[in-house]
Amino acid sequence: MNEPLLSVRNLTVDFATRRGTVHVLDDVSFDVGAGEIVGIIGESGSGKSVTAYSIMGILDHAARICSGEIMFEGRDVLKMHRRERDGWRGREASIIFQNPRTALNPIRAVGDQIADVIARHTPAPAAEIRERTIASLRQVRIPDPERRLRAYPFELSGGLCQRIGIAMALACKPKLLIADEPTTGLDVTTQAVIMDLIQGLVREKGISVALITHDIALASEYCDRLIIMHAGHVVEVAPTAEIIANPRHPYTEKLLRSVPSLVDSIDELQAIDGSLPDLRRRDLPPCRFAERCSRRLAECDAGRLTLELALAAPQPCTLRKGTGPLSTPHLIACKNPL
Amino acid sequence: MSRIGIRLLSTIPTLFGVILVTFLLTRVLPGDPAVFFASNPSMTQADIEAVRTSLGLDRPLIVQFWLYLKALLHGDLGNSLSTGQKVTTEFANRLPASAELTIFAFVIATAVALPLGVIAALRRGSFIDHLSRLIATLGVSMPTFVTGLLLIFFFYFLIGWAPEPIGRLDPFMFEPERVTGLYTVDALLAGDLELFWAALKQMVLPAVTMALFALAPLTRMARASMLETLGSEFIRTARAAGLSRRKIIVTYAFRNAMLPVVTTMGMTFSYMLGANVLVERVFSWPGVGAFAIDSIINLDYAPLQGFMLVMAGIFILVNLTTDILITLIDPRSSL
Repeated sequence: MNEPLLSVRNLTVDFATRRGTVHVLDDVSFDVGAGEIVGIIGESGSGKSVTAYSIMGILDHAARICSGEIMFEGRDVLKMHRRERDGWRGREASIIFQNPRTALNPIRAVGDQIADVIARHTPAPAAEIRERTIASLRQVRIPDPERRLRAYPFELSGGLCQRIGIAMALACKPKLLIADEPTTGLDVTTQAVIMDLIQGLVREKGISVALITHDIALASEYCDRLIIMHAGHVVEVAPTAEIIANPRHPYTEKLLRSVPSLVDSIDELQAIDGSLPDLRRRDLPPCRFAERCSRRLAECDAGRLTLELALAAPQPCTLRKGTGPLSTPHLIACKNPL
Repeated sequence: MSRIGIRLLSTIPTLFGVILVTFLLTRVLPGDPAVFFASNPSMTQADIEAVRTSLGLDRPLIVQFWLYLKALLHGDLGNSLSTGQKVTTEFANRLPASAELTIFAFVIATAVALPLGVIAALRRGSFIDHLSRLIATLGVSMPTFVTGLLLIFFFYFLIGWAPEPIGRLDPFMFEPERVTGLYTVDALLAGDLELFWAALKQMVLPAVTMALFALAPLTRMARASMLETLGSEFIRTARAAGLSRRKIIVTYAFRNAMLPVVTTMGMTFSYMLGANVLVERVFSWPGVGAFAIDSIINLDYAPLQGFMLVMAGIFILVNLTTDILITLIDPRSSL
């Protein structure tokens, strides 16, 4: 098996709040292979974004990484020195955000913002940086890039702003791109254009992607593999086709049933009962889905729950070309799987 | 440029309103200036009436207002009853004194408040943060005349570092040849360093008094604005792009945080003009504020109206300057 590009191991993150400690991530582990597009799926509050911010090192002050490793090309980024990590992010790994407009500095020309990133990681004469800035805008298919350089975010549409965000993220040719709900803030027609653009660019350059979204339909269209998160736990990991056809975790199954495009009639559409447990509780059950689960057993409340190989995977899955023989097993964290 | 012209034109109705209100306000002040002016026990009722007629106070209000307006349009603010001088002459002598003091105090306040607020925001909960909060609390809770008197007590009376608080210059020194009316600037222009130091020393205590008053809003605003900017999404983007801490703080956070601070600076400067009145009294500073107080006490209508009008004019100019500065910083705004 190939060495994965990114390997998150046992990541546990707490948030200190005025009303107690919130256990946001608990023992989260997953891999992202080279050139792979992985979807990290979950409802709001499941810890998707916190996972992304932990990788990038841009967590809020209140957050504390209690334990775990984030291995990137065999090195733990959590153990890097601050300066080293500043040089790492933006060049080796970069991120695009949910609200493209507010994610850009409102009073700095977009060209300058991209140029800042290029100048930071690959210092060069001003003329060359300008050339590379224009090239990065052209690459995300922004028309008339020479003129757009001087535009401010408020003069551009949401879709264009997200293209600027992508241009900025890819300007230094990173190996990993984290896309944190990149299309949630955009209207539906723009969503597909932006996702196609991202997919096209990363496949062409062999960039690995962690696509963070609550939209399992969107993820299933673009991702090689899906990681399902619930309340700070990874509950299921499998290749996309496999997970759609054969979900093993009760939560994944309910998630799939709640997607309009994947069921035959509107009557079959189901909401997931209950809501996420309060992550401040001290008595959180080993399986944080247990309290919403119809398949709960006595043993669900006893002993640690770990992500294990799903036994007796009934159907073999077909992989996309070029993704390599990377970790493709079906993993679940459930004592009474489907 | 034409936009600035339009902005200035649009202030004409405001100015007219100010003229009308100040005119009416001075007329409803209790007391009769004719009686006050003719305050001599030997004066008879007929003498008082004669004074009233000579002052034009016997005519209907509307006529008085019309005459006042007409004079204003000729640049005539009337005469001061108590000094006998033309009000314009009084202002020409006194406004530079107030301006020099206010500007100096404003420069001190800004030079201290901005770094203090920014550092307090960058190092929350540190010594600097607590210091900034202490200064801000003191600044708002201490009236300027109390601060002024305390400073005089310590630095002049006890330690003797500061010169006697008796105005702009030591009485044994000659004022510099008038170019701008600001003694420090004029002294420098004349190449007289000794005079420059003398004028500067006189200014330090009153300026610090006013600066302490202005520090509070500026520091608080700088800190709050910097904190808000540092927590915004585009700072997160900049961090995620690996930009250096210096670049993030200076180019990304500070410039954005300046926007509300510049507005506050404009407002603070205007407030300082008002606070001037008391500080000038305490330090015997021959400025317009002290003159305005004397005018109220003496029921001297013309200088009082003139003072309010000049202050309104300065207010308008300060606001315009603030707006121009904001447009320079923020591409989203226009005049």
